[in-house]
Amino acid sequence: MLAWTIYISFLGAAAMFLLPKGSVALARILALLTAVAGFALALTAFVQHRSGEMLTVTRVPWIPSLGIEYHLAADGISLALILLTGIVAVTGILFSWDIDHRTKEFFAFYLVLIGAVYGVFLSYDLFLLFVFYEIVIIPKYFLIAIWGSTRREYGAMKLVLYSFVGSAMVLVGLIAAYVVSGSQSMSLGDLAGYPFSPHFQMFVFPLVFVGFGILAGLWPFHTWAPTGHVAAPTAASMLLAGVVMKLGAYGCLRVAMTLFPLGLVTPWNHHVLGLGSWRGVFALLAVVGIIYGALVALVQKDFKFVIGYSSVSHMGFILLGLMTLNQIGLSGAIVQMFSHGILAGLLFAVVGRMVYARTHTRELAALGPMSLNHVIPFAAVAFVIAGMASMGLPGFSGFVAELMILVGAWHAFPLLAVCVGIGIVIGVVYVWRAMQKAFFAESRNEPASPEHPLPPISLPERLGAIILIGASVLVGVYPQLLLNIIVPALNSPLFDGLRKGSWQ
Amino acid sequence: MSTFPIPMLTILTALPIVGALVVFALGKNRARWSALAFSFAALLLTLVLWFHFDAASGALQFQETRSWIAPLAVDYHVGIDGLGLLMLLLSAIVVPIGMAASSQIQQRVPLYYSLILLLQACLFGTFTAQNFFHFFLFWELSLVPAFFLIKLWGGPRSTKAATQFLVYTMVGSVAMLLTFLALFLATHTFDFAQLAALAQNGQLMPAVVDKLAWHRFTPQHVALILFAGAFLGLAVKVPLVPFHTWLPAAYAEAPTGTTILLTGAMSKMGVYGFLRILLPIFFPQMQMVLTPLLWLAVATIVLSAYAALAQKDLKRILAYSSINHLGYCMLAIFAIAKFTGGDADLTAEKQAAMSGVFLQMFNHGLTASALFWFVAMLEKRTGGLRGLDDFGGLRKVAPVFTGLMGIALFSSLGLPGLNGFIGEFLIFKGSFPLVAWATSLAVLGLLTTALFTLGILQRVFSGPLNEKWRAFPDLTIGERLALAPAIGLMFALGLYPQLVLAAIDSTVIQIVQQLRF
Amino acid sequence: MIAINHAQIDYAQLLQLVWPEIILVAAALIAVAVDLLLLRKQTPRLRFAVAASLGSLGCVAAILRLVLAPVQANILDGTLIANPLVRLVQIAVLALTIFILLLSVDSKFTRHVGEFVLLVLIATTGMMFLVASQDLLVIFISLELLSLSLYILAAFSKRSLQSWEAALKYFLFGGMSAAFLLFGFSLLYGLSNSTSLLAIAGAIHSPSLNPLLVIAIVTTTIGLGFKVAAAPFHFWAPDVYQGAPAPSAAFIASASKVASFFIFFQLAVLGFAGAEGTAALPHIVRGWVPVLALVAAVSMLLGNLVAITQSSLRRLLAYSAVAHAGYMLLAIVAHSQQSLAALLYYVITYALATIGAFAVIAVVEEHKGSDQLSNFDGLARQAPVLSFGLAIFILSLAGIPPLAGFFGKFYLFVTVLQSSKSLLWLVVLAIAMSAVSLYYYLKVLKRMYVAALPPDAGQFESPVLSQVLVAALAAAVVLLGCAPHLLLRWIEAALQASGL
Repeated sequence: MLAWTIYISFLGAAAMFLLPKGSVALARILALLTAVAGFALALTAFVQHRSGEMLTVTRVPWIPSLGIEYHLAADGISLALILLTGIVAVTGILFSWDIDHRTKEFFAFYLVLIGAVYGVFLSYDLFLLFVFYEIVIIPKYFLIAIWGSTRREYGAMKLVLYSFVGSAMVLVGLIAAYVVSGSQSMSLGDLAGYPFSPHFQMFVFPLVFVGFGILAGLWPFHTWAPTGHVAAPTAASMLLAGVVMKLGAYGCLRVAMTLFPLGLVTPWNHHVLGLGSWRGVFALLAVVGIIYGALVALVQKDFKFVIGYSSVSHMGFILLGLMTLNQIGLSGAIVQMFSHGILAGLLFAVVGRMVYARTHTRELAALGPMSLNHVIPFAAVAFVIAGMASMGLPGFSGFVAELMILVGAWHAFPLLAVCVGIGIVIGVVYVWRAMQKAFFAESRNEPASPEHPLPPISLPERLGAIILIGASVLVGVYPQLLLNIIVPALNSPLFDGLRKGSWQ
Repeated sequence: MSTFPIPMLTILTALPIVGALVVFALGKNRARWSALAFSFAALLLTLVLWFHFDAASGALQFQETRSWIAPLAVDYHVGIDGLGLLMLLLSAIVVPIGMAASSQIQQRVPLYYSLILLLQACLFGTFTAQNFFHFFLFWELSLVPAFFLIKLWGGPRSTKAATQFLVYTMVGSVAMLLTFLALFLATHTFDFAQLAALAQNGQLMPAVVDKLAWHRFTPQHVALILFAGAFLGLAVKVPLVPFHTWLPAAYAEAPTGTTILLTGAMSKMGVYGFLRILLPIFFPQMQMVLTPLLWLAVATIVLSAYAALAQKDLKRILAYSSINHLGYCMLAIFAIAKFTGGDADLTAEKQAAMSGVFLQMFNHGLTASALFWFVAMLEKRTGGLRGLDDFGGLRKVAPVFTGLMGIALFSSLGLPGLNGFIGEFLIFKGSFPLVAWATSLAVLGLLTTALFTLGILQRVFSGPLNEKWRAFPDLTIGERLALAPAIGLMFALGLYPQLVLAAIDSTVIQIVQQLRF
Repeated sequence: MIAINHAQIDYAQLLQLVWPEIILVAAALIAVAVDLLLLRKQTPRLRFAVAASLGSLGCVAAILRLVLAPVQANILDGTLIANPLVRLVQIAVLALTIFILLLSVDSKFTRHVGEFVLLVLIATTGMMFLVASQDLLVIFISLELLSLSLYILAAFSKRSLQSWEAALKYFLFGGMSAAFLLFGFSLLYGLSNSTSLLAIAGAIHSPSLNPLLVIAIVTTTIGLGFKVAAAPFHFWAPDVYQGAPAPSAAFIASASKVASFFIFFQLAVLGFAGAEGTAALPHIVRGWVPVLALVAAVSMLLGNLVAITQSSLRRLLAYSAVAHAGYMLLAIVAHSQQSLAALLYYVITYALATIGAFAVIAVVEEHKGSDQLSNFDGLARQAPVLSFGLAIFILSLAGIPPLAGFFGKFYLFVTVLQSSKSLLWLVVLAIAMSAVSLYYYLKVLKRMYVAALPPDAGQFESPVLSQVLVAALAAAVVLLGCAPHLLLRWIEAALQASGL
């Protein structure tokens, strides 16, 4: 039944073109219904999930001569991310309620993107995973290039080319793994169980990890992210930063680390710059990403760029959590995937939809005098809450995730954990700065009543914001909701190789 | 009884949160009254707790334990002993006072009252927490409403004051968090009781050194580093000199209703933290650096009093006075920490000092709240003025006002018969045998306090009447009725402190015993 | 199934074998006769419709003959062969020809309709013979038959100077490369005293490479490399793709590629068997494999890099054809049964996408005058079906799933690696160049979907036949991408039944 999340989304996209020309309202409603249906399915599966199982949703032979199957399956990790996709999809559509230029095509591309993302999270056959992973690329381009803002065509092309290069790297790795293992099967379980030689793994692991890492915003391959996310329209940014970047992280965990665990941990013959294995390298890059993202966010003049760079910083947490290779760090990384997905969505929604669509500027210096906290108080409150959550205030999802990652990192790389602490502190500062400048800037004069008063925050926006905040609070207060399904999934036989490597 | 059929503490903590949402939804006209209603409901609940509290047992009561976040070994564990109960009662009393003093707030009224209720929830959460995660959650969360309360409705320099408040407190909190993370990594628990037991067995620090493999440092050094982290977090909140510089600006710039909350309840969070966290877990370290700590306490008492003397703004005087009063608590705590090893002779003194700390916290909370309430009334009548020299001879036109504020001022000064005396008396009685030199120096603070308090009385109420205030209205019936319970309590506690002492006695004994003093 | 024995020519049996080709020639003659005798006075559109229908009917009849009455034969040591594999390729070529003929129905570039269809069908006949032979002479003759027809087809737009120039260049280049090919063939004959590929392979089988053989390999590579537009023999391609009328260009780009690649594979693997060498870095052994590997690498690099700068869609397709030729040559470098399957799948789906692209280009040129990329701005608003079709074709060429081009590339790379893991460098190069290619393919999509419609763009009536054709081809590309097994199992069955 979960497979219908994919099919409904694609069908919804196709149905868009059957709508009569110019029917904007119908398009919105159709899109919303499709997304809600997908979310409902995801939620049902989430609730019904039995702990620790890998639920096979569909399995039919596809290209028998190559051993490729159309095999969809979901375990706890996939379900958490599918739930995230559902939430972000629904709220993204709510925040796109005001799009009136080529509306049908917008929602069609959006729904195709959602369907493909569901597909990636559900795929158990690596060929299928790659197919869905690539399908994600084209709608991204159009969403940004047609409905975006700052330098949209450049941003779109850069984003797409980087993604494609990343997936090209993954393709090389996948083909190599497939051929070396005897060309029998592309199933995740089979390939994970195949004993690739350590030498092979040491070359293929970084290739595949960096390939996925590019999409996950691994420093220094992250440069497409701020440009692309700033250029994208709000709903696309929400989806891109919130969910699509998690595709990369998911791929890192599900494909690179599961298939080639020895490549991750086997020590090299010579130490380079004090690093002895790929694990050390990527942990270091993750931490650099955390701190670099935070530092650069600190000096931005454009509100949306602050959020863009903060996404790079937060993704660094996830990648670091993956590299800790202990249960608490990995669980923390997955909770952070969920948490950041929600919070990035909320932040972009506030900045893009609530502020920019009304004020037509994102310059912090220009926003200050507008006394936004008087004019659109809901936006100010939403941003305060989102900012608090993003900086890791207890009570929200970010705190639990970052705490777990920090604990995990302390077990694995104590020195880096200290640097992470510094990154968290900088995180507090840049959020605070942006909030101050944009919403609460001191204006000595009374806010002059503008000639064109800003329209109030509409119902769909409020609804979207409340859903996202609620999700973050829920996970923050009761993280067991997610941990109950994530932790058993991490103990499944799929991660055996990883465990034998160096589980703690 | 240690468990109660109804989860009272969870309900108590949740009630203000629900209240905040309801108040926000009800809109401007009903905000004040609904908020007051919720705060009275909380007060009622707290009184129920008070009456069901078993004063004889020193153990935790109304406990609720549930598994919460398994991988981090975090449980939902709440419970109160005498100290916690006292703090809950204090918070429940201070919040309505703060709301009552907020009548000048005209903008975004629902948001204001919602934030106050959220702050109350955070206070309740902090005082009932038995697990560091829970404690820290509410500790940090309380910063958010406090920040916005100061910034959005405060005076001309409120942003700077609020930011300073936030930054200081956050830096301290981060230090505290790191310390507890280290402890968690070594012992795999966040629970206060378990950590205290480990500390008392002398196993805590060796475990830290062992598990974290910090073999470059000796256990003593490690212990001191961790102690420093926790100490910083708490010292900023009390505040102790020299971490106090955020306070005068914050108290002065905040709207007076908020200042009541800050001084009445939030500052007690710091002292509570010293009692609940630092003393049980880190007392060996406190002993090691005892002399510098005592100097800090003395400095807090004396310097703040002198600073108060030099102020011209009533709120600033009272702000420094707050620092001064809590300095006495710190003196007593450090004095108690000096001794260990079952020195039976000094047990009585330690218990006296400890009782003094508890009482001082409660009484100061009450008195300071009342004083700021009076300042709010002054501001209301004069359109915002609160300088020392702005007034003069008010007793001629507002005798009732003068009388009641005078009572509060004398209580703050420590006049016998009023509640402020007993706490200070017990502290001095208990501390003098323990650390005579520090206590002697602290007497200077007492004298200076007397000076500036009498100074207020003289400048504001006595002397020739300032012609501006010929039409100064006296207290209305409503205000008198509202103030009556607070003033009455001041007398009651001053004359019959057993009211409170009865409830906290066993807790005091328990704490002192637990520390194997 | 009729089985015919070799060594003895029985003309009756030979007739059985070549019925499909006879049908084609007959259809061609009938078409030209009907057109010149009966329809001289009619509109070109009607004439084209009739002639194309007759031609298509002929192709259909040939296909039916191949399917319903399959022959298994090997005449005179490989002079003419009929086995399931050859049949598969012939059916593919015939199907592509049908699409070309349908594409040409709306053409307005000539009034010599009958001759046009005649030449197309004769070229097809040439291809049919080309793939059915393993004898040097027959290969050469068929290749010439094909090439000469194509030269003339390229020149068919008499009023266009570009068409003349394209055809002339094509002819000169082609003639020269045919000369190279013949020279190589003569050397091969000299070495082995036979024109049969298998006999040649037997004769040249020796540990060290005869210098004459080296020359033969090089010249053959030049000759066939020209045919498939591999660099550095590709210089005719941009001009021909740009200058020739749309149906001719489509024909050159699709069907002739299928036949040429197939025979290239046969020649190299069967004819030069034993002289392969390896392209495994760093231990390169001399042989034809490293030569082709080099040509492939150069094609991929040059084709993709130069395509980036093009502003004409046809030239862009030409350079991308060079790149795709590079990818397909990898299959020959791998020289295994699976890689032949991959090659066939790739080239057939590539041909489908190319024909579709030219169909759209034809319509756009008709309405806007040229194939400059700027003429495609906002096409999505004016001609949604056509632009969606072009999007599908372009994305398939780029290798985006779930389209046929992606699976083709995937399968191709898998088989290359399977045959020898040390060919990894070629696979990496190919994938990297594919990534580069996305940039210029996306530029086309950007024009159609993102760029705004120019304010002076007029109304646009896309011909129904073009839309149907494009829709059918797009559907085929999508279908073959989502369910590649449909085509793949047929190819594999044919390979199994025929051996290599």
